[in-house]
Amino acid sequence: MIGRLFGFRGGIEPDAHKNESAGAAIRRAPLPGRLEVPLRQSTRATARCIVRPGQKVLKGERIGDPEGVLGTAVHAPTSGTVADVGRYAMAHPSGLETRCVVIEPDGEERWIDHAPFDYRNRSRGDALAWLRDCGIVGLGGATFPAHVKLGRGEGIDTLVLNGAECEPWITCDDRLMRERAADILAGALILRDLIGARELVVGIEDNKPEAIAAMRAAAGAATGVGVVPVPARYPAGGEKQLIRVLTGIEIPYGKLGADYGVQCFNVGTAYAVYRAIVHGEPLISRIVTLTGNVEHPGNWEVLVGTPIDDLLRLAGPRPDTDRYLMGGPMMGFALPRLDVPVVKGSNCIICASPALFPPPMPEQPCIRCGECARACPAELQPFELYWFSRARNFGKAQEYHLFDCIECGCCAYVCPSHIPLVDYYRFAKSEIWARERDKSAADQARERFEFRNFRQEREKEEKAARLAAKAAETHARIAGEPAADAAATPSIQAAADDPKKALIAAALARAQAQKAAVRPRNVDDPSPGTQAEIDAIEARRRRAAAAAEPAPAQTSSPAPETHSRTPTR
Amino acid sequence: MIHSPYIRKPASVQRVMGTVLLALLPGIAAYVWQFGAGILVNLALASAAAVAIEALAMQLRGRPAAPAVADLSAIVTAWLVVLSLPPIVPWWITLLGVAIAVGAAKHLYGGLGQNPFNPAMVAFCALIVAYPALMSQWPAAGRLDFATQFGLILGGARELDAVTAATALDALRTGMRGGDGVDLVVSQGGAFGAAGGKGWEWVAAGYALGGLFLLATRTITWHLPAAFVAGLALMSGAFWLFDAARHASPLFHLASGGAMLAAFFIVTDPVSGATTPRGKLIFAAGIALIAWIIRSFGAYPDGIAFGVLLMNICVPLIDMKTQPPVFGHRGERP
Repeated sequence: MIGRLFGFRGGIEPDAHKNESAGAAIRRAPLPGRLEVPLRQSTRATARCIVRPGQKVLKGERIGDPEGVLGTAVHAPTSGTVADVGRYAMAHPSGLETRCVVIEPDGEERWIDHAPFDYRNRSRGDALAWLRDCGIVGLGGATFPAHVKLGRGEGIDTLVLNGAECEPWITCDDRLMRERAADILAGALILRDLIGARELVVGIEDNKPEAIAAMRAAAGAATGVGVVPVPARYPAGGEKQLIRVLTGIEIPYGKLGADYGVQCFNVGTAYAVYRAIVHGEPLISRIVTLTGNVEHPGNWEVLVGTPIDDLLRLAGPRPDTDRYLMGGPMMGFALPRLDVPVVKGSNCIICASPALFPPPMPEQPCIRCGECARACPAELQPFELYWFSRARNFGKAQEYHLFDCIECGCCAYVCPSHIPLVDYYRFAKSEIWARERDKSAADQARERFEFRNFRQEREKEEKAARLAAKAAETHARIAGEPAADAAATPSIQAAADDPKKALIAAALARAQAQKAAVRPRNVDDPSPGTQAEIDAIEARRRRAAAAAEPAPAQTSSPAPETHSRTPTR
Repeated sequence: MIHSPYIRKPASVQRVMGTVLLALLPGIAAYVWQFGAGILVNLALASAAAVAIEALAMQLRGRPAAPAVADLSAIVTAWLVVLSLPPIVPWWITLLGVAIAVGAAKHLYGGLGQNPFNPAMVAFCALIVAYPALMSQWPAAGRLDFATQFGLILGGARELDAVTAATALDALRTGMRGGDGVDLVVSQGGAFGAAGGKGWEWVAAGYALGGLFLLATRTITWHLPAAFVAGLALMSGAFWLFDAARHASPLFHLASGGAMLAAFFIVTDPVSGATTPRGKLIFAAGIALIAWIIRSFGAYPDGIAFGVLLMNICVPLIDMKTQPPVFGHRGERP
């Protein structure tokens, strides 16, 4: 079992503000008048819609089929009628739209038939498919599909359950652990079995003593289960930070926990897994903390697809609320609009007021004090990244491990010059991505162009070979029957003697060969009408060929033009 | 649009600079106690000049002057210039020093955060090269009343021999040149106190106290002062153990000249110094080494300013070569 804790370097200790909502027990949010369920609930994958407007659905009925490796199913959160399938704004900083299924609840909350999944007597693959079909994604915020994380069934030593919840204000995991510890633990043990880990470690920040006590009570004397308080130091709940604290293992950028024998799931995910396996319920709701500048902060069990403005009414934002943050104040974002639905990754909505979240101070010059480097949990030199990003020296920024930045915001939090450091890194990353995209587009265009040249060259060579063969054949025929039919073929006879006429004969042969070469395959078997047209054209062509000099071999004259056009595409 | 994080620690450049000014007060108090209040005239003069030059420079660069003046960085520079000059230099030397530090060494390179060289040390070096005589007139402890100092600063009669005395470092150099051993020089000269220069050891103690305050408030990290002190102590200690008659003790080196001011306030300048933990150690130890070499074998009594500028040149290389390993990438180097 875990003998000692390992520290991670850096981190900050902002005011936790957990007390506002931590005391409020989870309540079920009332059924809204309308649910907009985004079909995109897992990372980089949109489910394929399988319902039509007007169709009746039951609670838990599948409305979206999983597509692709990272896809998960999406389900109706309640019974009712599909009112629309279309693009609606989603909870995203840019107000991006996504495909949603709009459901008008009938208020009956009628479930589909659902039964437990006997994962012990079924194959691992079946169990993972079950989780995918129940729409289980990581509820810590990143919504990574659980079945993908569980994918590797061997080489995993430790399953880490993330109950750290280090962002200020958020208390949904805290309440879940206090109230449903046994179910979380049951789900975690299922996860442990599925991933083939030996031990289970639950990491909880030490500012949640009730949650720790509840989880410890639930764990009881279970073997290979440890509930470990970790120091409350943001970002202790970052997956890699928590793994580091609990196991001492450092997982670098671009690597998965599985590569190091450890995998991490959020407590909410474990609870959802429990519901899916033991009760056969798909993931259709989650706990959301409503807090900040509100009359009644609290934690609500909310159906996925509930509009956020409906939800906010439950908390009662005060009049001086000026912004609404989704997620925590360190890594969350301000909602550009409120008519957007709750998704599986929505853990918290904070009503912000100028008093609670003062506007940022004006930016001052960087004095290289190094505070950011001391606060950085990824142990980067944030001020160097800042200088490089500012100077658009992106290569250097990458050399200094720009992509190891987890955008936790610690550097910007401590910066005495009030520089929005994370924004500079986001800018640099997006520029680098854009350049990569441009570069691969240019590479593709160049490959296309080169292949085109190659193809034309090859066609030319093939044509020359055919011509040579044809000419050789003609010569052979002439040589084979010189006297026998001399009168019948005077021109050829003459050609054999006269070099000029030989040229003409060769040209004729070339023209014939060309005709054979350009004959398109799709007219191999034409209809009589088409055949008549073709014959007419052929006749014209023959006349023209006879009138003119032999057609020159096709050149690659279009190539330069193509060349000049290609890179701009 | 404002992005995350939405909360900020209540920190500012102004607060950092204010903490540094606060930390200088014990040293200044000891200065006044041992050498009279003349230094306060210089500090006031230099502060006003620094603010004026800062505002003017920002104006010329077409930027708002108020925030730059309010960040107190110009005043920190001004105070450091004054504290490295003799306290009775004529007023125009002080102004020239501040003009070089703030106007040239800082704003010609692009203002706060952009200067590759420590502004106060640029000013000191320029002045000691340009005005070696004026720059070597240090008063003896307790010799001058405020009126005399005031008169000297504002350009009154300069009966220098009557009022100045060699500093401990200077006296030691001169005595050693004459072939005397350390013990003899120290026993004969009135410039020496118990640890360093007479009176100066108290000022050094004041700076050290302020430095501990900076460490306690996490304004500076331990790396720079520790490496500087250790570097100077090890270098002088080795030679002192080897031949105590020809080399002063580590304690003397640390308590004399600008050693303590440098350890906590000069080498710790974040803008022009090394930034990585290992880089800071190399940077500060390098300054200590150069300072000791100049003190022992060079043409100037103290060499910290030259050490700082020389090591400033090396900072980009030091930083590049000492990048700490990133989380999850131990064993790799960028």
